[in-house]
Amino acid sequence: MFRNVAELVELAESEGISISEVMIRQEMEVKEKSYEDVFGEMERNLDVMEKAIEDGLKGVESHSGMTGGDAVLIQKYMQEKEPLSGHLLMDAVSKAVATNEVNASMGTICATPTAGSAGCVPGTLFAVKNKLNPTREQMVRYLFTSGALGFVVANNASISGAAGGCQAEVGSAAGMAAGAIVEMAGGTPAQSAEAMAITIKNMLGLVCDPVAGLVEVPCVKRNAMGASNAVVAADMALAGVTSRIPCDEVIDAMYKIGQTMPSALRETAQGGLAATPTGRELEAKVYGISLKKE
Amino acid sequence: MKFRSVFDIIGPVMIGPSSSHTAGAARIGRAARDLFGREPKYANIHLYGSFAKTYKGHGTDVAIVGGILDYDTYDQRIGKSLETAKQKGIRVRFHEEDAHTDHPNTARIKMGDDQGSIELVGISIGGGKAEITELNGFELRLSGSHPAILLIHNDRYGAIASVTSILAKRQINIGHMEVSRKEEGQEALMVIEVDQNVDDDVLDELEKAEHIVQVAKISE
Repeated sequence: MFRNVAELVELAESEGISISEVMIRQEMEVKEKSYEDVFGEMERNLDVMEKAIEDGLKGVESHSGMTGGDAVLIQKYMQEKEPLSGHLLMDAVSKAVATNEVNASMGTICATPTAGSAGCVPGTLFAVKNKLNPTREQMVRYLFTSGALGFVVANNASISGAAGGCQAEVGSAAGMAAGAIVEMAGGTPAQSAEAMAITIKNMLGLVCDPVAGLVEVPCVKRNAMGASNAVVAADMALAGVTSRIPCDEVIDAMYKIGQTMPSALRETAQGGLAATPTGRELEAKVYGISLKKE
Repeated sequence: MKFRSVFDIIGPVMIGPSSSHTAGAARIGRAARDLFGREPKYANIHLYGSFAKTYKGHGTDVAIVGGILDYDTYDQRIGKSLETAKQKGIRVRFHEEDAHTDHPNTARIKMGDDQGSIELVGISIGGGKAEITELNGFELRLSGSHPAILLIHNDRYGAIASVTSILAKRQINIGHMEVSRKEEGQEALMVIEVDQNVDDDVLDELEKAEHIVQVAKISE
């Protein structure tokens, strides 16, 4: 069983296999299941992600009314104009937003690695898909690659906003997506690790400060930026750019930053954006009363 | 290693909005239901840390009760669980606690009926994964790296032997085992970490063994 990213890359490269294959083999061993069973279970997760994006692109609204409809706006803009940041990037952004808007409306999603960060991996996948034309099998493998990288973060740091801030959720999700994009685009396992390192480095310190304690503001838009971070970092890694700080050390830094983050900034709705005048106003509107928090 | 499966990371499929506060909370509720073994008549749910601060927005209350009603994380009925519990005559109470806990997402559930009750503490550690850290006042020290079987039993001779012989017959290897009791001859708890996943029919057989009160498996 691999314990860190270095071991994961070493395992893949010494056996001449992909990161997704390492993950599939480990899962078969741990769960004592066949290749077909493990693959089939992941394919069902892929179906859920695809459906969530479809629903989000049709337009949804959360119960609080704070989020919903932005995925539709972005897609409409893309049809009318050429986005400045490029079609693929905005497509990924709109699909990440779509997923998290569905999540906020209490729709069905697949946590990747969490519900609040569920947009980054599928958002990038269903955008990159239109460029790389992968097979369904390669799309399922994208999820195994993401999962392998997230597995390391979950076991060595945290994927919980309450424990480690948003860097642990959207930061991890974006890093996972970056590594998976690299594999789908034909990069090496080492390049996947570089892409993940570059991504997480740029999301270190991100706090978890949801308005009214709801997974809506700023979570939906943080997934948008997480997805774009992932695409850009994957391109950089594929270009041969490497991170001066190795991926495992970046993950360790994230863990330590999370430990020193004050509780007000770890999913308690007491600090950051949640504590702004507008954040408090929205909170009062959602609950019909002002919730006293310090 | 707390996370053993890729599906802890890519998954679960769930009803939004929060894996820690909704899916993880539902799993704590369901663990309580599994351990109790039947629908309770009442449930007192104490919430700590981020759970206490944000449970209304995240639907943590709805999710825990959904779990107690035996719903899975993706069950659409979770959304109406509080109404359903009321219709079924289950008295549910929530308590927001200020006490500091080791983990920010902690819930203590006391539930039961006129036949008996259980009390457990669960923590939601991220991505929808939950751990049970305390059961009926017994602290659980699970490594989390292997599946575990929990057995509440009467503190009598032969109880341990009957359990281990069933596992031996099924060729299930015990990696770690702890037995604790509060008072001689009273309720006791066996915690057994095993090397492979345990099928439900094994649990059924264990439950029928002498002096065994309740059986459940966790951290699959």
